[in-house]
Amino acid sequence: MEPIYLDNNATTRCDPAVVEAMLPFFTEHFGNASSIHAFGSEVGKALKKARGQVQALLGAEHDSEIIFTSCGTESDSTAILSALKAQPERNTVITTVVEHPAILTLCDWLEKEGYIVHKLKVDKKGRIDIDEYKSLLNDRVAIVSVMWANNETGTIFPVEQMAELASAKGIMFHTDAVQAVGKIPIDLKNTKIDMLSLSGHKLHAPKGIGVLYLRRGCRFRPLLRGGHQERGRRAGTENSASIVGLGVACELAMQHMAEENTTVKALRDRLEKGLLSQITHCFPTGDVSNRLPNTCNIAFEYIEGEAILLLLNKMGIAGSSGSACTSGSLEPSHVMRAMGIPYTAAHGTIRFSLSRYNTEAEVDRVIEAVPPIIAQLRKLSPYWTDKGPAASPEAAFAPTYA
Amino acid sequence: MWEYSDKVREHFFQPRNSGPLEDANGIGDVGSIQCGDALRLMLKVEPETDIILDAHFQTFGCGSAIASSSALTEMVKGKTLDEALKISNQDIADFLDGLPPEKMHCSVMGREALQAAIANYRGEVWSDDHEEGALICKCFAIDAVMIEDVVTANNLNTVEEVTFYTKAGGGCASCHEGIEEILAKVKASRPGMGETSPPAACPATPEAPKPPAKKLSIVEKIKKIEEVLESVRPMLQRDHGDVELADVQGKKIYVHLKGACSGCMMEAATLGGIQQKMIEALGELVQVLPSSHMPVEA
Ligand SMILES: Cc1ncc(COP(=O)(O)O)c(C=O)c1O
Ligand code: FES
Repeated sequence: MEPIYLDNNATTRCDPAVVEAMLPFFTEHFGNASSIHAFGSEVGKALKKARGQVQALLGAEHDSEIIFTSCGTESDSTAILSALKAQPERNTVITTVVEHPAILTLCDWLEKEGYIVHKLKVDKKGRIDIDEYKSLLNDRVAIVSVMWANNETGTIFPVEQMAELASAKGIMFHTDAVQAVGKIPIDLKNTKIDMLSLSGHKLHAPKGIGVLYLRRGCRFRPLLRGGHQERGRRAGTENSASIVGLGVACELAMQHMAEENTTVKALRDRLEKGLLSQITHCFPTGDVSNRLPNTCNIAFEYIEGEAILLLLNKMGIAGSSGSACTSGSLEPSHVMRAMGIPYTAAHGTIRFSLSRYNTEAEVDRVIEAVPPIIAQLRKLSPYWTDKGPAASPEAAFAPTYA
Repeated sequence: MWEYSDKVREHFFQPRNSGPLEDANGIGDVGSIQCGDALRLMLKVEPETDIILDAHFQTFGCGSAIASSSALTEMVKGKTLDEALKISNQDIADFLDGLPPEKMHCSVMGREALQAAIANYRGEVWSDDHEEGALICKCFAIDAVMIEDVVTANNLNTVEEVTFYTKAGGGCASCHEGIEEILAKVKASRPGMGETSPPAACPATPEAPKPPAKKLSIVEKIKKIEEVLESVRPMLQRDHGDVELADVQGKKIYVHLKGACSGCMMEAATLGGIQQKMIEALGELVQVLPSSHMPVEA
């Protein structure tokens, strides 16, 4: 039984063409791009080409606006810390409650350091309130950082509009587009976005390579100081093989952009319809009509996500969950809680995230595999009876110290 | 994915005794939907003998919660209530060949369900006496409530001291920030410890209490040393280790560390903790060393 990988928002398989392009950079093209000799200049040329490929996918005006980093997290940290360092007279960060930990954990730490952080709330569908956002824009704000698309639900935020609003008030705008890049078209030169983070491993490039897009003219302070690599904006010898791989992955993403929004989307919809029509007491989470084409996140009520994943794994199916147990914390996913999803459902959320490598046969196998798993776990659940959920689950089972 | 033992997997994939139990006469409901774990344990007890004839469970929870519940039902069957009450959460974890530190609370929930179900059978009301906090130190499975209690009770001021007393922070160091936050919180709540608090005594060398007026005889000294070792033993045994006195030579106390403690990265911290207790008990500065450091007889 071939395993089925539906966890592409966690990470993706490297495209074979990416791997092939990378290999010579471990062997004959091992040089350091900074060197004068031929070994170095070969690599220098390859980096330039890759920079151009990333620039094209992002629709950036200049290739010098692309800074290679080690991952999405580094790009996020660099962007926010740079904005605060470069504008010491501004002490406030605006972000949202549903960001990735790469942003939220940093912001929590900044708060402890004395900065002010406003986290925009979301409604039941995970949408933010633009009026609340507008009311927070003032000259104490150093940077707004809002994700382009949410990693758990795929919900897309109106970052282009939000960047316009920030720009009109002279405020820097950063977006964590780690989940969006390669899945939806992006054309940065026609936006007011100042900084953008992406991560290679979400678009079929290797892990451990990222990009910070930095609009020309945007004030900047590096996170890592040292050599003059990346024009001194990110010191450290370039990860040349991965950069080359990322370049190829970006080019492939351009070629497959239409497919992502037709074929992959159709597979996602087939999966979601198939599951929702067969299983009672489950619902999709997030802003269903405005989300990434590859993502669906379904809450299965009265059971717990890790248990679902373990049983799926046994069937060779890989997904992910927002349950507390899978994160090692005591609370279920902050994204689900922010949307007001009740605990009885939040712990049972499963995210299926597809890629262009998935097939209809795979989707059909998942549609067949999931319902019995849900039924099996519900049978074990104290919140469930033969006839469905306990009449009033909270009353039927009200444990001590709940 | 978690590193589950084969036994955990087996009890998760083929849970024993799941589902309602028709004629149960002792039911314990524990857990919290908020934390994603909730367990109903149902017992059928024979009134004449107090023997548990049958046990079933229903669990809302992760793999190890379901496995712990299943294990528990197997463990209690055939036992009398008093025997069953002796089952500790560590026993449940051991039955499953161990649980990851993040999942130890699943075994705690099992033990609590058992207490609750037996109380229910006996017509008593069980109340939860332990409070579980967020897991702070993953290396040693120590939660915030435990750290806070120990910091408060012993007036601790540094991460090193917390490590001596609880082990938390003695591994990968990733929890030091969290421990510092707890220290700061407790410090802020100490009475009379406002802005005018005097500078804390150098924490690395805790002040030895006033030495007793009379010097201890060697017998008294050894007795006190044994008492200290006795007091730390339960903590070590919890981790499948143990400690024994090897020799006393002047100010040097040699001990055998056994089982999981010997050679583990915590050996130094464990000895440090014992040493601190010795200093307090004996009222003099002594050094606690592993028996391997004993000078070889010429
Ligand atoms: C929205 C978002 N931001 C940031 C990251 C972190 O990226 P990286 O793993 O490259 O540091 C991720 C990856 O999980 C993500 O989904
Ligand atoms: S988590 Fe506490 S030392 Fe590793």
